[in-house]
Amino acid sequence: MSCTTLFEQVLDPDNRANPYPLFAELRRQPVCRQEDGTYVVSTHAEIARLISDPRISSEDLPDPQKFRWTGHPITDLFVRPIRAEIRRRHQPFIFRDPPDHDRLRGLVMRAFSPERVRRMREETTDLTNELIEKFAGKARIDLVDDFSYPLPVTVICKLLGVPPEDEPQFQGWATQLATALEPNQRADAETQAKNEQCFTEISEFLRDLIAKKRDEPQDDILTDLANGSDSGDADTERMNDFDLVATAVLLLVAGHETTVNLITNSVLTLLRFPEHWQRLRDDSAIAPRLIEEMLRYEPPVQYRTRLAIADIPIAGVTIPKDAPVVLLLASGNRDPNRFADPDRFDPDRSDNRHLGFGGGLHYCVGAPLARIEAEVALVALAKRLNNPRLVEDPPPYRPGASLRGPRHLCLSFDGIAAG
Amino acid sequence: MSEAPSGAPERIVVVGASLAGLSAAHALRGEGFAGSLTLVGDERHAPYDRPPLSKQVLRGLFSPDTTLPRHPDLNAEFRLGTPASSLDLDARTVSLGDGTTLPYDRLLIATGTRARPWPKSDEASLDGVFTLRNRDDATKLSGRLKAGPRRVVLVGGGFIGFEVASTCRDLDIPVTVLVRDGQPLEAALGPRLGGLVGEIARERGVDLRLGAEIERMEAEGGRLTGVTLKGGERIEADIVVAAIGAVRNVEWLEGAGLAADEGGVLCDGYCRVLRQNGDIVPDVFAAGDIARWPNPHQDEALVAVEHWGNARAQAKAAARNMLAGPAAGLARHDHLPDFWSQQFGLTIKLVGLTEGADSLVIAHGSLEERRFVALYGREGRTVAAASIDSARWLPAYAAAIRERAPFPPISDAVDQPRLRIEEP
Repeated sequence: MSCTTLFEQVLDPDNRANPYPLFAELRRQPVCRQEDGTYVVSTHAEIARLISDPRISSEDLPDPQKFRWTGHPITDLFVRPIRAEIRRRHQPFIFRDPPDHDRLRGLVMRAFSPERVRRMREETTDLTNELIEKFAGKARIDLVDDFSYPLPVTVICKLLGVPPEDEPQFQGWATQLATALEPNQRADAETQAKNEQCFTEISEFLRDLIAKKRDEPQDDILTDLANGSDSGDADTERMNDFDLVATAVLLLVAGHETTVNLITNSVLTLLRFPEHWQRLRDDSAIAPRLIEEMLRYEPPVQYRTRLAIADIPIAGVTIPKDAPVVLLLASGNRDPNRFADPDRFDPDRSDNRHLGFGGGLHYCVGAPLARIEAEVALVALAKRLNNPRLVEDPPPYRPGASLRGPRHLCLSFDGIAAG
Repeated sequence: MSEAPSGAPERIVVVGASLAGLSAAHALRGEGFAGSLTLVGDERHAPYDRPPLSKQVLRGLFSPDTTLPRHPDLNAEFRLGTPASSLDLDARTVSLGDGTTLPYDRLLIATGTRARPWPKSDEASLDGVFTLRNRDDATKLSGRLKAGPRRVVLVGGGFIGFEVASTCRDLDIPVTVLVRDGQPLEAALGPRLGGLVGEIARERGVDLRLGAEIERMEAEGGRLTGVTLKGGERIEADIVVAAIGAVRNVEWLEGAGLAADEGGVLCDGYCRVLRQNGDIVPDVFAAGDIARWPNPHQDEALVAVEHWGNARAQAKAAARNMLAGPAAGLARHDHLPDFWSQQFGLTIKLVGLTEGADSLVIAHGSLEERRFVALYGREGRTVAAASIDSARWLPAYAAAIRERAPFPPISDAVDQPRLRIEEP
């Protein structure tokens, strides 16, 4: 089979449950041009190389938001172009290159301090146990709706400093906006309109919240970003409101959907290989290794799209300037030239340098938080769920091919153990 | 040439218990070596990490105990505080300072370097004159800095000296740096970037003197009071730190018949040491600062790379090759030299070797912003890349250096100014 249409099949929701055989096909040609001019990179060495190549840009990706006339001249000719320009200039840093990227990411890293992330462990533990308590008396749950979904949004709200009463609202926005991080997702007009509406609402909400954080600073990330901080060696600048809103939305969306999928994929995988579920139940110290292997085996972010801004010769091919480049992280993670027996789930693997958190400049800012959330969640679930079983395998998946994960994961079990 | 080692080794001795020695020990166990493993060290401390000594330890932020983590199942015997005194290649034994003799099946030489002492011994022994290489040095110097000296005079324009100068400024201690030849950090970064770091040091309050040398030191009752420079200027100071390079610890190998001199212990690309006649000694290996080896990234020129990353990589390669039977191939040590330094609020990183570079371009950022990646070319090839506060593109350039890519290797990149080739 030629590889020129394989990626289309990866995008096809029918192949969502198991795209890995397609990846194996793709890897026969490490860098393969698709019919639409996109270059798909599927091998570990080539991905690792391009992910920190300065000729690969994260900016100016083809804009999925096509302009549509509303029929109101003021809206169409003034308000929307201005708004579009502001949004273009203040993209979140995941879609920006240095030097802007470095400045914004630096500010976020400072606010997202190791100390602050560590402190979330206890809160995450409490939240996890609260959610599990609610399983009492049930014989069956949907892990996604009842557990994986609510947990990360609450954690990120606490970190950002979103008041608890606004969390449900925030969760709704997060769900809607997750589609905006999904490349190659040709959203229909209705979804686009909803996204836009949602972005307007969350922006207004955040602008008010930021104003409050300036008036009454608190111990949270938004406060730090809104006010700058004078800790450490140098004063850090304040982020402007446009960048701040874009950053907050990014943290919300990127910190949410991905973690939902990490937790859900983990439970699914562990129940497919119950000896590892049992192992985790017996010894929670195995959790970190297990999660690293999970990030290799079923990474929540399957690929990222970038842009070649110069001709790039690689693996016998030249990616031409202006070509979109798909870095198929999940395929690199199954590359037999990098990982022995790559399709085997093996937490005892040594030298597990997976691409689950990406790499290079844009390496996942939230990686330490994601590890804590997944660890706490899995340890508690393994300890407390008695004899869990998958009701449906494979489960139904969400449409997204990049942020890939089950829409539902129904489990039956024989009650819960005490926390 | 000695005959190839026969059979699997049962006894491995590692002389030198610092980063290279400990890394080799870990790698040996990691590769499945189950025999007896002995590490010999002249210092009484368990293996420790040196990079923090001139920075966080000196500043008083870290305790001087920078002991390196050791695997609980390492199962090695440590002979600490007992330097090796001689090597007998035929008998396959190492003699120690305490009179004992250790037989070996494989030996790793990882004795590293020590600080080059101040050449005038009467001045070197003055109270207030320091070198900085090991934990005890850092502990003593840190204590003296805490006491608030009037001024510190630093001799030498290398990285250690500049890190110490930076620490002094962090502690608000007046500091004068004397650089005899050229610009600071010139050997590693070339005059252009070295000059820039010098400029930054001046802005941070360092009294930087180029082309300056000490004529003599003054003391009262054995205690340093100041220095007089060549040219006659006198500088009042309580402390002189001589950061004038390193001396390789090869003395114990005298008479062993190895190709070892002040330039290091000569070995091949597989970390096997050579005899004076050029023959390979198949059961003796070298790694770390002391090893001098043909570097594939420098046209097989013999280099000793005194960096943390090389110590670890070379120790690993040596460990693998020590255990490789005749059937298994030997692993070439092809590490691309790299290092980092933190000073004056900047993180400086370098990959490759700038020696002999004839051209320089700024590939990202700018010198004015003090956030950039600079590339070095030699005869049309890319040989090194240095960054200040923007190291994340370096892997791409490291790949270009490994491939000996044309210079400059990458154009039309993100955040890239118009490329202008200049002198380094």
